[in-house]
Amino acid sequence: MATDFDVIIIGAGPGGYVTAIRAAQLGLKTAIVEREALGGVCLNWGCIPTKALLKSGEVFEQLGHLGDYGISVDKPAYDFGKVIERSRKVAAQLAAGVAFLMKKHKVEVIEGTAKLEKGAPAPKVVVALKAGGLRSVQAKNVILATGARARTIPAAGLEPDGDRIWTYREAMVPKACPKSLIVVGSGAIGIEFASFYRALGAQVTVVEALPRIVPVEDEEVSVAAKKAYEKRGMKFYVGANVKKLSKTRTGVSVQVEAGGKSETLEAEAAIVAVGISGNVENLGLEALGVKVDRSHVVIDEHCATGVPGLYAIGDVAGPPWLAHKASHEGVHCVEHIAGLKPSGLTAPIPGCTYANPQIASVGLTEAQAKEKGLDVKVGRFPFRVNGKAIAAGETEGFVKTVFDAATGALVGAHMIGAEVTEMIQGYALAITLEATEAELHATVYPHPTMSEAMHESALDAFGKVLHI
Amino acid sequence: MSIDILMPALSPTMEEGALAKWHVKKGDTVKSGDVIAEIETDKATMEVEAVDEGVVEEILIPEGTEGVKVNSPIARLSGGDGVAAAPPPPAQAEQPEPTPASPPPAAAPTSSSPSGGGGPPPGPAGGRPEDKLRGGEGPAPTPAKPGARVFASPLARRLAERKGIDLSGLTGSGPHGRIVKADIDAAQPGARAPSPAPGAAPPHAPAAPRQVQTLEQMGIAPGSYDLIPLDGMRKTVARRMTDSFRDVPHFPLTVDLEIDRLLDARARINAALEKQGIKVSVNDLVIKAAAVALKQVPEANASYSPEGIAMHHHADVAMAVAIDGGLITPIIRAAETKGLAQIATEAKDLAERARTRKLKPEEFQGGTFSVSNLGMFGIRSFASIINEPQGAILSVGAGEKRPVVRGDQLAVATVMTVTLTCDHRVVDGAVGARWLQAFKVLIEDPVTMIV
Repeated sequence: MATDFDVIIIGAGPGGYVTAIRAAQLGLKTAIVEREALGGVCLNWGCIPTKALLKSGEVFEQLGHLGDYGISVDKPAYDFGKVIERSRKVAAQLAAGVAFLMKKHKVEVIEGTAKLEKGAPAPKVVVALKAGGLRSVQAKNVILATGARARTIPAAGLEPDGDRIWTYREAMVPKACPKSLIVVGSGAIGIEFASFYRALGAQVTVVEALPRIVPVEDEEVSVAAKKAYEKRGMKFYVGANVKKLSKTRTGVSVQVEAGGKSETLEAEAAIVAVGISGNVENLGLEALGVKVDRSHVVIDEHCATGVPGLYAIGDVAGPPWLAHKASHEGVHCVEHIAGLKPSGLTAPIPGCTYANPQIASVGLTEAQAKEKGLDVKVGRFPFRVNGKAIAAGETEGFVKTVFDAATGALVGAHMIGAEVTEMIQGYALAITLEATEAELHATVYPHPTMSEAMHESALDAFGKVLHI
Repeated sequence: MSIDILMPALSPTMEEGALAKWHVKKGDTVKSGDVIAEIETDKATMEVEAVDEGVVEEILIPEGTEGVKVNSPIARLSGGDGVAAAPPPPAQAEQPEPTPASPPPAAAPTSSSPSGGGGPPPGPAGGRPEDKLRGGEGPAPTPAKPGARVFASPLARRLAERKGIDLSGLTGSGPHGRIVKADIDAAQPGARAPSPAPGAAPPHAPAAPRQVQTLEQMGIAPGSYDLIPLDGMRKTVARRMTDSFRDVPHFPLTVDLEIDRLLDARARINAALEKQGIKVSVNDLVIKAAAVALKQVPEANASYSPEGIAMHHHADVAMAVAIDGGLITPIIRAAETKGLAQIATEAKDLAERARTRKLKPEEFQGGTFSVSNLGMFGIRSFASIINEPQGAILSVGAGEKRPVVRGDQLAVATVMTVTLTCDHRVVDGAVGARWLQAFKVLIEDPVTMIV
C-alpha cells in the first residue's frame, strides 16, 4: 500500500518535535500531528515557563538579602501580572522557534487530534483537523509522543476546579498571587511551585504522602532540602495523606491525616501535584491491541510497542517524565527506524528540580546502589567550605557521590545548592563514559568555582578530600 | 668437493616420486635458493631449490623419470662444501608441520586445519622438501594491528586488567566500537575452560585466559624438554583456532569423489597450457570447483555477524599454505570469475611468496571460504576448524585408488574424500549438503565447470 509519509509523529512536545527534526535529517518524509501547541507541555506549560517564573521569584527573593551584599534598595515590589506575562512571552518565543524548526526541516505539521486505526505497514492515522474535517494519513511508521498530564484523584477532591484548586497548568497563570497556598505532592513540580510562590511571599504548606520530600532523590538530599525550604518559611507535612481537598467560601481546606492524627489545613489556593498520567486515551490503542500498563504504553528497547510500525516515546511510554528523556528516546527510536544502529538507551537520565536551592541528581541513590547489592563508597562535600560559594553567598547544600567500591565506577551523584542543575551533566558524562574515581580525581577543576565541590566529593569517597 | 643432491621426500610416508623437470643443466652455476628441478608425487608438484652454491657437475637422473627413490642421488654439484640442495629429509616431522607442497597452493586455512600443509591433491608424483633454510624473516601475519589505539572506557580498562582480558581481542559495543563494561562482562563468562559462546556475547569473545596447569603440574619433568618461545604466528594460530573451535558451532559433512575424469582433464589442460609454461594442479581445480559451487549455492558463501548474515558477492577462496613455523592462507579473489590458468598462476605466486613471507596483509586477510589439503600426506579425511568469519572450510584428502561399486560390480576408481566443516550459525546442514552436491558434480564431471 502506498504511504504518505515515512514517519508520522503524534504529539509535538519536546519528544515529538525533536524526533521529527531527527527523522527529517535522516531523509525520512515526516509529519507531526499536534492538537494544541507546538512545543507541548514542556515549552508552553512546563519546563520553560516555570523557569521564567522561578527566575522572577529568585530575583525578588534576593532583594530581601541585598544587605548581605552591601546593597540597599527601597521597598522592593513585584507586579504579579507582569511576572506571569514574562513567563508567557518566553513560552511563546520558544513555541515560535519550534514552528520555525519544523518549517526549516520540511516537517509537515498537521493541526488536529489524531486517532489510530488498523493499517499497514503501520496503523493509519486519522486526524480530526482543527480547521474542521478529517484527514487520513498512512505512514510506514507511527511514533506516539502524546505526553502526559497531571494525575488527578477526584475521590479526594484532588482535581482542578477552575478557580482555587490548580494543577501545574492553572498554577502558571493565576490572576493574583495567593497569600497562602497548599501544595499536595513534593515531587519536582510541587516543590518548584512551592518555591516560586514562597519567593513572592505566599505562606506555603507542602503535603507529602511519603515519609520524605522529593522522594525520588537520595535521602540525604531530602533531609537537606526540607531543612533549606523550611528555613525559607515553607511548612511540610510528610507521611501525610490528603483525605479530602475541598473549596471553602474564601479558599480551600485540606483534611490531612498523618501519624494517626487528623488535621485540617486552610489556604487561599491549592496545587495538585500528585504525579503524572500518560495520555493514552482516545487514540484507538485498545482496538490495535497496544499494551498499556497503568496509563503508559509498554515499549521495548527500541521504543517499539509490538504493534507493527507503532512506537512510543517520552512521558506516554513511562517514567521518568522528563523532556530530555523523551527527546533522547525519540532520537534513538527514529535512528533505529532509519536502520542506523544507535547505542542503547542505557545512559542515566539526570533529574533536576529548580527550586531554591536547586536539586540535581543522576544515577543511583546510595540506597538504590545498596539494594543492587553494591558495596559503596560515598563522598560528600558541603558548599559552605567552597570558596566561590562563600564569595557568592550561596553556601547552602552539598555534593554527594556514590561509587561502586569493587570497581571504582561512579554510579550516582546527588547535589543540592545554587546552580547545581548546571553542573550535574559533568557527572552524567562521567557515568556515561564509565569513569572511575581515577578520572574524576585526575580531572582539573577550575578555581574558584562551585564545581570544585564535585572534585572534593569524589576525593572524599576515597579518603582524599583536601579542604575539610 | 662434490656434493650429491638427493631426491627429496615431501612427507614421512613418501618413498618415491617422479623427476618431472630439470631447470638446470650440466655446467650451470647455481646459488642458494635457485629452483633446480620439479618433482611430482601423486599429490603434488613441487620445486627443489638449491641450498648451496656450485656448478652442476652431473645430472644423474634424467627428466621424466618416474619411481625415483627418496634419498637417491639425482645430481651432483661441485665446488660447494656443505650439503647440496637436498632438502632435509622429512622425519623431523615433529616440527610444527611439514611444509606444503609447492607450486600449487597448499591448503589448510590459516586458522583452520589440523596441521596445515596442503598441497595439491592427487596428481602425478613428487613432493618437495620444505625449505627450512629461509623462513625467519618477513612479517608474520598478525591479527591485530599492533600499537593501534584501543578505545575502551576507563571502567572497561580496569575490569579487563583485573580479569586478565586482552582488550585488543575484543570488539566494543559502544559508539564507534568503544569497549564498555558490558563487553567485558560478556567476555568472560567463566574464566575456565571452553565455555560455549553465550548467545549474547559480543562478537569475538575474547579468550578469557584459561587457567592452564603448568607442564610440571601435569607430570612433565622440568629439564626433560626444550621450550621454544611462542612467536607471533604461533600465538595467532593458537588464539584464532581456540576462539573458533570454542565459539563457532562446527559440524562436518563428508563425501567421496571419483576423480579419474578430473585427473584426465588436468592432463589435457596441462598439455594445452604447456607452451605458456603453466601447470594446473589438482588443488587449482578444487579451488575453481569450490568457487563455482559457491556461486551456485550462495548461502554457503556467507559469514555470521551479530548484525546479520553477510552474503558475499564473490568467492574469495583462501588456501592454506604451511610455512616455516606456522601456516598462512593466501586468497584467490573472486575465484569464480577466473580461469584455471589464472588460478594456477596466482596460486603458485601466492604460495611462493607465502613461504618467503612476502605476502601483503590484504593477500591473506578476508577470504570467504577456505580449502585445506593434506592429501599429499596420505591423509584420507579430516575436518578442519572454521577460519572465522568464513561460513565453511573444505578439507581435501588424498586421491587414491579404491574399490567402488558400480551397479552390482566392484570396480576400481581414484577416489578423494572431502569434508566440509560448516559454521552452523550461517550454514545449516542442508545448505552444506547442497554445496557438496554441487561440488561433487563439478569435480566428477569437470566439463561442467566451464558452463
